[in-house]
Amino acid sequence: MSGNLKTQSNLEKILTSGNFAVTGELGPPRSARKSDVTEKAKHLVGNVDSVNVTDNQTAVVRMSSLAASLIAQQNGLEANMQMVCRDRNRIAMQSDILGAAALGINNLLILSGDHQTFGDHPEAKNVYDLDSINLIRALKNMRDEGRLMSGQEIPEDGRPKLFIGAAYNPFADPEDYRVIRAAKKVEAGVDFMQSQCIYDMARFRKFMAKAVEMGLTEKCYFLAGVTPLKSLGMAKYMKNNVPGITMPDSYIERLKGVAKDKQAEEGIKMASEQIQEFKEMKGISGVHLMLVEWEHMVPTIVKEAKLVPRPQL
Amino acid sequence: MIIAERKPMEEIKGFVADKKKVCVIGCRGCVTVCNAGGTKEVEVLASLLRLDSSKNDSPLQVDEFTLERQCDPEYIDEVSHLMDKRYDAILSMACSIGPQFLSRRYPAERVYPVLNTCFLGGALAHGIWAEHCQACGNCIIHKFGGLCPISRCSKSLLNGPCGGSSGGKCEVSKEIDCVWQLIVEKILQEGKMDDFMKIDLVKDWRSSRDGGPRKIVRQELLK
Repeated sequence: MSGNLKTQSNLEKILTSGNFAVTGELGPPRSARKSDVTEKAKHLVGNVDSVNVTDNQTAVVRMSSLAASLIAQQNGLEANMQMVCRDRNRIAMQSDILGAAALGINNLLILSGDHQTFGDHPEAKNVYDLDSINLIRALKNMRDEGRLMSGQEIPEDGRPKLFIGAAYNPFADPEDYRVIRAAKKVEAGVDFMQSQCIYDMARFRKFMAKAVEMGLTEKCYFLAGVTPLKSLGMAKYMKNNVPGITMPDSYIERLKGVAKDKQAEEGIKMASEQIQEFKEMKGISGVHLMLVEWEHMVPTIVKEAKLVPRPQL
Repeated sequence: MIIAERKPMEEIKGFVADKKKVCVIGCRGCVTVCNAGGTKEVEVLASLLRLDSSKNDSPLQVDEFTLERQCDPEYIDEVSHLMDKRYDAILSMACSIGPQFLSRRYPAERVYPVLNTCFLGGALAHGIWAEHCQACGNCIIHKFGGLCPISRCSKSLLNGPCGGSSGGKCEVSKEIDCVWQLIVEKILQEGKMDDFMKIDLVKDWRSSRDGGPRKIVRQELLK
């Protein structure tokens, strides 16, 4: 990872300069109400380097990630626009990539996308023309080789200069294969990756040791995903109901020992302790804070975890 | 083979509600093998319809016939003696190809599909069938340990599994095996992980339904 910047991305500048990066998350509203985006943005400005704007997360119809990204950028944030493979074919995805870059989006995070059976339109037809690894490669070729998937040349001054992101999940199955799938994303050309919410630190340490050993962290920036627990109920729910998340009993036990009205505070403290470990962990370049519908707590956690002030580069 | 299942009785009763004479036509092809539309199932459906209408003033007349195949004009011709408006409705108990071939050959008849054509699959056990193919027109299962990610992964991923794979099951349902778990296990077992690091090419969907309805013409077989 050389010092030559590939894009105008602030996140890229932060990571390339060796600073510990902080990214946030912003879920667009289920309406055209712009103020919902600007309100959430207020809590994030100055506290994160870039914010993920989700793309119809959990297959629920929301304001488009491109529109919400643009609104976020008009309100002082740098967007990390998410794009899922569920709803668009290669024609629409390349088209939206060109459009996003033209509108000043600097980061694009590519995901397979939750299956539509989870969402509010389970009757919908899905697309999955490309998978996330195919799309990472396609975007890299558009940016670096100046070629659309068809082979059509993109003029030098019209190439989408996007910093390419993806997700990695050390907690899904098969366990031994998860690092190999991350390696495939690196091979496809991803610049940075953010993980699912991490609770099982033992399994995460094992995953990262392997990623470091395979040289992946030399080629791609790995950010660790953090979601503070709001309550004992949330911890139990995530343990039992959220696929791809493993919740150690120690978290449940620790929250059990705390009065109900103090559990949120304890959750923030636990997340902050995790962040301190990530700061020291080999191969980790930053944290990704996912406080979905809890955005107003972002200022608290970044302060508690000593992540502010953010560097201005 | 094509796996089909009978439509709900309420829907079929709706087809015959205003009819006096109907003929149920079965098929000895795939739907006989998957116990959906063979001679036996034709007999059962006809009996159910007769029984249901027996309390009416004018009970429904239900005749039965089973063809060798309903997807072949040669056999479709065999039921010409049943046509010419002898029946108020023809109930085709084949995959959806059957009622289409009957309608085309006998355009004056009212043909109804009484099966839902579900998928291309095989029997896992007696009474259990599962999808194994999506007829994408370009088979690549040899690259995936002999398993088909196009039809058996809910997202048709060529570079799976996604983050939703948990305990060998798909995020869509605990009833669905994650085919990518099976593919990875097979590849690990065979020690071919290096091959697997290669990023699989983007699928060309033209050979699938995305290229428009498909047709095969074999010149050497044309008379």
